[in-house]
Amino acid sequence: MPERVIRGRRVENDVWQAIGQPHGDATQPLPQGPVLVPLAYWREHRDLLAARRQPIGVWLAPADDPAAIADDLGRFSVVAIHFPKFTDGRGYSTAALLRTRYGYRGELRAFGDVGRDQLFYLARCGFDSFKLAPHHDPEAALASFTDFSVRYQGSVDDPVPLFRKRAVAGRIAR
Amino acid sequence: MYRYDSYDHALVAERVAQFRDQTRRYLAGELTDDEFRPLRLQNGLYIQRHAPMLRVAVPYGLLSSRQLRMLAHIARKHDRGYGHFTTRQNIQYNWPRLEETPDILALLAEVEMHAIQTSGNCIRNITTDHFAGVAADEIIDPRPLAEILRQWSTFHPEFAYLPRKFKIALNGAEADRAAVLLHDIGLHVIRNASGETGLRVIVGGGMGRTPIVGHVIREFLPWRHMLTYCEAILRVYNRYGRRDNIYKARIKILVKALGIEEFARQVEAEWEIARKDSPAIITQEEFDRVAAHFEPQAYESLPEMDASYVQSLADSRSFSRWAERNVHPHRRAGYASVTLSLKKTGVPPGDATDAQMDFVADLADRYSFGELRVSHEQNLILADVRKRDLFALWQAAKSQGLATPNVGLLTNIVCCPGGDFCSLANAKSIPIAEAIQRRFDDLDYLHDIGELDLNISGCMNSCGHHHIGHIGILGVDKQGAEFYQVSIGGRQGNQAALGQVIGPSFAASDMPDVVAKLIDTYIGERHEDELFVDTVQRIGVAPFKAGVYGNAKEVAHA
Repeated sequence: MPERVIRGRRVENDVWQAIGQPHGDATQPLPQGPVLVPLAYWREHRDLLAARRQPIGVWLAPADDPAAIADDLGRFSVVAIHFPKFTDGRGYSTAALLRTRYGYRGELRAFGDVGRDQLFYLARCGFDSFKLAPHHDPEAALASFTDFSVRYQGSVDDPVPLFRKRAVAGRIAR
Repeated sequence: MYRYDSYDHALVAERVAQFRDQTRRYLAGELTDDEFRPLRLQNGLYIQRHAPMLRVAVPYGLLSSRQLRMLAHIARKHDRGYGHFTTRQNIQYNWPRLEETPDILALLAEVEMHAIQTSGNCIRNITTDHFAGVAADEIIDPRPLAEILRQWSTFHPEFAYLPRKFKIALNGAEADRAAVLLHDIGLHVIRNASGETGLRVIVGGGMGRTPIVGHVIREFLPWRHMLTYCEAILRVYNRYGRRDNIYKARIKILVKALGIEEFARQVEAEWEIARKDSPAIITQEEFDRVAAHFEPQAYESLPEMDASYVQSLADSRSFSRWAERNVHPHRRAGYASVTLSLKKTGVPPGDATDAQMDFVADLADRYSFGELRVSHEQNLILADVRKRDLFALWQAAKSQGLATPNVGLLTNIVCCPGGDFCSLANAKSIPIAEAIQRRFDDLDYLHDIGELDLNISGCMNSCGHHHIGHIGILGVDKQGAEFYQVSIGGRQGNQAALGQVIGPSFAASDMPDVVAKLIDTYIGERHEDELFVDTVQRIGVAPFKAGVYGNAKEVAHA
């Protein structure tokens, strides 16, 4: 059975294969089809990857600096951020920086130890693609995107904090 | 005080529903222990020695009488008839059942309360001065900014999985009563030379295993940038704080490793980019909206002194003693603030029964505009009492064991729940507090000793803030036995300092004697009107060491 991924709030078959630790050996020949390569692999083999004429994605580990791919963002179909443990929150800042500071507009994927209880925050920080840990049911997880209708602070999904909307609502009410 | 609008109500109701579903999935085996742990912690739920412990947020320590009655109701219905007020101005219940927690959260939501982010590696409850809004030395009332911080930090999506917990304190007066030097971020309201209001930003302070007095990272931050600057600090911390060792994960360790200059450079660089046209810059309109909730009470015009109060002070020694310690100046003529002590000997410091909570709620309604505060010294405060009501209030408080006249004195012990309740503790703390209180039960002697902060923590996490006690006591584990390490010379406030350990630790039964010997040394050495902590600062630790250990020290080292 193909692996499943949440994209655009729908569950689809996943066409991407991640390579590199802990997702396989980066020294082996690349498999057919779209691949997600680790940052170091991208840096070493960017020409080879371009020559494949297949969609390319890169994945970042928690300590990887998104500035390292800032100039290459147009070449990726997917940027993925790995969560070795869901309690390691560095990826939230990485995502926010990619979306705001570096202006990345393509697919931004969270994968690794990701569960439904992280989806609301991940989506707010700019992720729009989610590969959950195997024991999580992605269909059931969709409900978590709407856990909250209220957001006090601005973030990537909506930079305007509630207090600026309250002010507008208050003016309309008056 | 701040009242919820439809947005705040919706958010808290949605949180209750979310946690109800998470608890259901956990109990059904769909979530593992590891997956559920951070979720329950961010709703204040620990698994403790006897049962889960639930910590309820009291934002910046402010409560209405209606909220306090609900806390009493929860203590009665879901706990064993009491709650424990903490050094972070919150309340904890020691005996709730996991299954009932969503129902407790629903009850809290009814009175505009929650347990959001009272634990876990996230931004915790914002704390401030318990005399906010009534203190004479106040520059601005810190509560509107504290509420704005509360809302900003609630469910901040980028900072829910930090390396470690993160505590922010805000002080609006000249004197620091919020321990801003001992928080991950401390914000101290100041006015600059041109009369503008801003914040001195302090970072990387804290107690715990590695106590550090914080560093000023920015002398003057325009208040409108409070959120953008905090975001810059938190982003640097979230990205670069250590995650490999729980004991080295607080922001203070990062600041120490980089040095304050380099840390400040990184924060300023981040802020420089992020603040540009940021919608998170606080608007005057928002400040005014929130500040309107903290307008001064509808005070009467009263003379500064009340004749009946003066008469009662003259008539009753025990009343005047209480007034001397537990009544505090107020900026309005004819008013005072009152500390209701939760430090009666024989009762764990900070504990209040459901009946006491209901009673204090009634007192707040009758004497203090239906509001009260929780202090970080674990007492309750009625902030706005007419002086002419003080005698009647004292009599009422006394009838419920809430009028121990010891605020600022040795027996006003700040103390964590310790090994009796907490699974983190190395040693018990409550019985130590009680033994010391019993030793110093002579009120005349206690008042003669004068102001003295005594703090007890049952472990390195230092919930009892022992590092800043004039006398600090720390429970330690030595080959499975409970021992106590003593430090002296710590202090809170603008001159915050960390205590110095005096030597090898002691058995529990020695502790009242050890404290008595420290006090004897002080009495022998003190200058007139000199506080214990000032004597320690003047003469150093050595005379106290000699007083406590005498020859025994050589034995201990042998």
